[in-house]
Amino acid sequence: MIVADKKPIEEIVQEIEDVKSLLIAGCNECVTVCEAGGKKEVGILASALRMYYLNKGKDVKVDEVTLERQCDHEYLEEIRDMVERYDAIVSIACGVGIQFVAEQYPKMRVYPGVDTCFMGATEKRGLWVERCQGCGQCVLAKTGTVCPITRCAKRIMNGPCGGSTKGMCEISQEIECAWQLIIDRLAALGRLDEYEKLFPIKDWSTDRAGGPRKVVREDLQQ
Amino acid sequence: MRLQYPTNINIIRVPCTGKVDIIHILRAFEKGADGVYAVGCLEGDCHFNTGNLRARKRVEQAAKILDTIGIGGQRVQMRNLSSGEGPLFVEYAKEMVELIRELGPNPLKKAKAEIKKRENAA
Ligand code: SF4
Ligand code: SF4
Repeated sequence: MIVADKKPIEEIVQEIEDVKSLLIAGCNECVTVCEAGGKKEVGILASALRMYYLNKGKDVKVDEVTLERQCDHEYLEEIRDMVERYDAIVSIACGVGIQFVAEQYPKMRVYPGVDTCFMGATEKRGLWVERCQGCGQCVLAKTGTVCPITRCAKRIMNGPCGGSTKGMCEISQEIECAWQLIIDRLAALGRLDEYEKLFPIKDWSTDRAGGPRKVVREDLQQ
Repeated sequence: MRLQYPTNINIIRVPCTGKVDIIHILRAFEKGADGVYAVGCLEGDCHFNTGNLRARKRVEQAAKILDTIGIGGQRVQMRNLSSGEGPLFVEYAKEMVELIRELGPNPLKKAKAEIKKRENAA
């Protein structure tokens, strides 16, 4: 899922000091799971903002809505009738959702209420970890299912580098060396012979190096 | 034991302080409460293991929000006692009333009144 973190309220209010009405829009998907942008967080942010404005002597209407998804036109369409009633929208979906709201409603002022961080998983409640950077050409088959693009600070394909020490990465004592993990996993699988094979040069054009990306599936398009 | 505790405290019963969420605390302030405190069982004694610990964290988070928006985080507190400690309950209640007296009323009440006054004048 996409992992996001709450933006400090101080930062959010800077952009919306002047509004008379505001819609806080949450999303029922990833950001609900990572407790940054679901219905519950919408309620908390809206309540905090209502009190913030009131305390400054301002009469600002702050309403709440949580969509099934913000990264889909059809769900965004559901709020068409209500958006016009507001001066601005604070979206607490991931960065994708926030931009899609703005694309759907080009005349609306739309602001982010979260910091979108990465694609990851819930290690435990309150701890989310990055696992994939969407490189566009998955190499997990060759690396014991540990992603070197995401988990190696240098994104090297034939590791480890000289900085790997006692299983930890040279950039931090708290980050495991991805290549140590790869070797350990391959060893556990009895497939260390895979490790002996040199990785060819990776085609980075499917990663960010090729600019913004698209997946086109003509078989699905109408 | 028939003990008298301050009458300006409104008790809201919950099955466990773990039920208390940030939004409940914030809503109380939105509705004009001058202070909120959660009274849970002693730490380590929660029937549901961690309810009172969660409550403490939520109280802390609510306090942070209230500080940020200028209402004052001190107005929300967490207290722990065992169910047999009636006198301590009274003591906590008195302490809380004392604290709120020092801090003064919820500033939102004044702000609301001023907005209303402005509206009536216009
Ligand atoms: S190799 Fe690429 S697609 Fe596969 S997990 Fe890593 S970043 Fe994601
Ligand atoms: S120590 Fe390991 S994870 Fe860190 S940069 Fe080197 S190979 Fe990558």
